Amino acid sequence: MNFQRVAALVLRYTFLYTRSLPRVFEIFFWPVMELLVWGMLTQYLESGPYKLPGFIRFLLGAMIFWDILYRAQQGTTIAFLEDIWARNLMNIFVAPVRVSEFILATYCVGFVKILVTVAVLGVLASVFYEFNLLAMGWPLIPLFANLLVMGWAVAMVTTAMIMRWGQASEALAWGIPFLIQPFCAAFYPLDSMPAWIQPIALAIPATHVFEGMRAVLAGHGLSWSRVLWAAGLNALYLIAAGLFFRFMYGRAREKGLLAKLGTQ
Amino acid sequence: MVRAMAEAIVQVEHLRKEFNGTVAVADVSFQVRRGEIVGLLGANGAGKTTTIQVLLGLTTPTSGLVKIFGMDFERHRIAILQRSNFCSAYTALPGNLKVWENLLVFAKLYQVKDHRRKTDELLELLEITPLRKHITGHLSSGESTRVNLCKALLNDPELLLLDEPTASLDPNIADKVRKLLRRVQRERGITMIYTSHNMRDVEEVCDRVLFLNKGRVVAEGTPRQIIDQFQQQSLEDVFIQVARSGDLLAEEGK
Repeated sequence: MNFQRVAALVLRYTFLYTRSLPRVFEIFFWPVMELLVWGMLTQYLESGPYKLPGFIRFLLGAMIFWDILYRAQQGTTIAFLEDIWARNLMNIFVAPVRVSEFILATYCVGFVKILVTVAVLGVLASVFYEFNLLAMGWPLIPLFANLLVMGWAVAMVTTAMIMRWGQASEALAWGIPFLIQPFCAAFYPLDSMPAWIQPIALAIPATHVFEGMRAVLAGHGLSWSRVLWAAGLNALYLIAAGLFFRFMYGRAREKGLLAKLGTQ
Repeated sequence: MVRAMAEAIVQVEHLRKEFNGTVAVADVSFQVRRGEIVGLLGANGAGKTTTIQVLLGLTTPTSGLVKIFGMDFERHRIAILQRSNFCSAYTALPGNLKVWENLLVFAKLYQVKDHRRKTDELLELLEITPLRKHITGHLSSGESTRVNLCKALLNDPELLLLDEPTASLDPNIADKVRKLLRRVQRERGITMIYTSHNMRDVEEVCDRVLFLNKGRVVAEGTPRQIIDQFQQQSLEDVFIQVARSGDLLAEEGK
């Protein structure tokens, strides 16, 4: 691993984002719109005829946490797509860059994008809905880290699939996280899900994070078993995703797809 | 004679590449010696692009031996790519970055020492210093080609692979690029592998030409030798003859 090359790739993305207003806009636009919609809905549910107390904390917390996972996946995959769109992928693959360096650079970019997004959402949630994300305290860190790592694992699978099946599979960049969403107990507790789905949900690291988040918001403190389950599953999935990526990279080289992707 | 004894930078022996049972390269063997400019010619589907992709490590061969600087891609990918570079009309640098930003990124990727001086020197050599602060996507085709070439020369490559570098250029700019490549090769002694459909490019730039047809080398020599061998007036006539004779010529060339 050569960190100078990783830094060079990160520098490239920095230039790309600082020079493109639509890209900067994209980082904020959807999360802010989601926050406004969810925030207003929860305010209505709390103060309207339903009078659901504490509802806003759980839903806004879940929304922001879901965004961490989604943006971790999307930021990485889109960084890869940027090179395809710019017809620059071949220039990268014929440069002395290891695939691991390329992936690490996309992770770094995704990480920064998430920090910016979460910071903006945190401020807006605090100003508009009096929801202070930081009030969760230090448990925020292991929960955040687990979502980030899960997003990276999903991103590696998505990117590998795009590399193998080309731009036609670009929709995966946006679609794949939503395959997970119904099963990861993001917006509702695990025990409210149908019994047959619960084992599936428990195999998803994010489920443990969302359950842990709800416990912290309810004042029960952080459940270490949840954090460890999430971390263990993440480690497993990250290794599996790495092996899958490596396999797909090999297949792409075998089939001459890297050059095709680079000149599409 | 001196050239014949020079070190082989590229060594390809019995290269074969199949894609799902379709043969893209049937059996190609050649060597490229240090300082040579070798043209890969052939009609669409002759196997030259696949050969270039294998030489860049983008595609794995089905069988055969490919060594660059005496090393193979499976074990020495980074070492090979550190000493080589690539320029193609079909790739681009990110369009919304300024020229200097793109060059800075690639200079850092290739870990070029004193990259600022190097970039300035190349921009001057390629006569594009005034474009330094321009947005890459706003450049004309000719300017883009020269910026791509600048990127390809940043690491002082010992081996430069050029895939139709003059495609989409007007004759005036194409002529300038050819002269530039010749000059760069003379001054820096770079080994080049060059593909083009423009026979004038090949005649002017290449020391030696490999004609590919149906995934095999059907003729090899200097442009003049090949013209004489095929008893034609120009390389373009040879190209047409090779392309139209198809299988028959491939058999004769074996």
